[in-house]
Amino acid sequence: MIKVKNISKTFDDTSVLEGISTIFDKGKTNLIIGQSGSGKTVFLKCLLGLIKTDKGQIEFENKVFDSMSVKERSILRQEIGMVFQGSALFDSMTVEQNIMFPMQMLTNSKEDEVRDRANQVIKRVNLVNSNEKFPDEISGGMKKRVAIARAIVMNPKYLFCDEPNSGLDPKTAILIDNLIQEITKEYDITTVINTHDMNSVMEIGEKIVFLKNGGKAWEGTKKDIFNTNNAAVSSFVYSSDLFKKVREMYLKN
Amino acid sequence: MKFLSNIGKYFLMLQSVFGKFTKWKILKQLILKDIDILIIGSLGIVSFISFFVGGVVAIQTALNLENPLLPKNLIGFATRQSVILEFAPTFISIIMAGKVGSYITSSIGTMRVTEQIDALEVMGINTFNYLIFPKIIALSLYPLIICTSMFLGIFGGYIGCVYGGFSSSGEFIEGIQMDLIPFHVTYAFIKTAFFSFILATVPSFHGYFMTGGALEVGKASTISFVWTSVVIILLNYLITQLLLT
Repeated sequence: MIKVKNISKTFDDTSVLEGISTIFDKGKTNLIIGQSGSGKTVFLKCLLGLIKTDKGQIEFENKVFDSMSVKERSILRQEIGMVFQGSALFDSMTVEQNIMFPMQMLTNSKEDEVRDRANQVIKRVNLVNSNEKFPDEISGGMKKRVAIARAIVMNPKYLFCDEPNSGLDPKTAILIDNLIQEITKEYDITTVINTHDMNSVMEIGEKIVFLKNGGKAWEGTKKDIFNTNNAAVSSFVYSSDLFKKVREMYLKN
Repeated sequence: MKFLSNIGKYFLMLQSVFGKFTKWKILKQLILKDIDILIIGSLGIVSFISFFVGGVVAIQTALNLENPLLPKNLIGFATRQSVILEFAPTFISIIMAGKVGSYITSSIGTMRVTEQIDALEVMGINTFNYLIFPKIIALSLYPLIICTSMFLGIFGGYIGCVYGGFSSSGEFIEGIQMDLIPFHVTYAFIKTAFFSFILATVPSFHGYFMTGGALEVGKASTISFVWTSVVIILLNYLITQLLLT
């Protein structure tokens, strides 16, 4: 579980995040949604500790991140898996080497054990016969699978995903969303996904935090979204005719 | 102010490079890879340039020795002095700032743009040590390149001079042995050691701290070449002032 308490962040007199508080539950897919420029990426980077907050605190299992010692932070980092928007795979390494990398760097496991574990997660994300391929030889969907495999190879407690299905066709996007949700349940981890894809919200949004102009404008579940009277959420989520009709049908039934 | 802030940032970067170390097993692979790319991969162009520039230096010297009273062995002497004192250590370093420096900036810059550095940071890896330290170690072999450049520069001068009919083989060899001050070679290698560190760290700084996209990677490579060259030239002046005067 991750508790966010009243965090704020300012860049050069411009406030990017303002007093955000929320809780991301374990075993759930928690989604951060909002328009471009609403502060989603900065919020995610603050959660990861890549950007230092000006105010407030972030707690991982009731331990305040800012109060952690270097050793505690190092241990926490090993418990975090991250799927980047562009996958962030290492170009010079094969698929298998990319997945083995965190274990090689952070554990003292033997080469065979590392390879076995890597192949285990490769199977889990349905990436067969790709071990020796380089990132530029595989499709966007496969890259995301490699990124997910690399993120879960260390058995993380927390999984962060930044726009995991951006640039993918709708069918592959749903497959990736479902894969993340399955992994969240299977490993019982706290997953936080940054997205502006409404399909993801409807498909896997167990808890949704809506950001607007750097502040939290709304939070709830995907069911709550259908019933909310919050104008900001409605105008964002139901900006397309398709979702307006889906909402109408939901409310009718 | 930005200039001063960048200087501060550069030294803080250096401090972090020697901070938390990457596992030796991984570091060893990175160092060997960088030796292959940065040192072995540069030998061809350095050899080519050194040989022909050495030849040109000898021919130019010969053509300017119009006075018949001046001995022909001065051609070999002037070629040796030019190559050992300035051409090999300083001008090859400027060429390397273009070849190796832009490679380092663009490779690290691309990792920054594609979030690969963020991915390393999230894993808790000291990215400064992982990315920059292997390059510093690989470039510690840079004096070997300069040694090759010195030899081929003088050899190019010999071929140009002797086969161009400007002096005999004996006169040229006599010239390159004449009044040799061993400290000049030491001075050249002291300079080279400093330049190798600059070649590894200044381009890394520009790559690591760049922001933006693909276009900015290109811009960062250009800026990195300019600043690496400027630092090398200034350092060359300073070292020469300190060691030879």
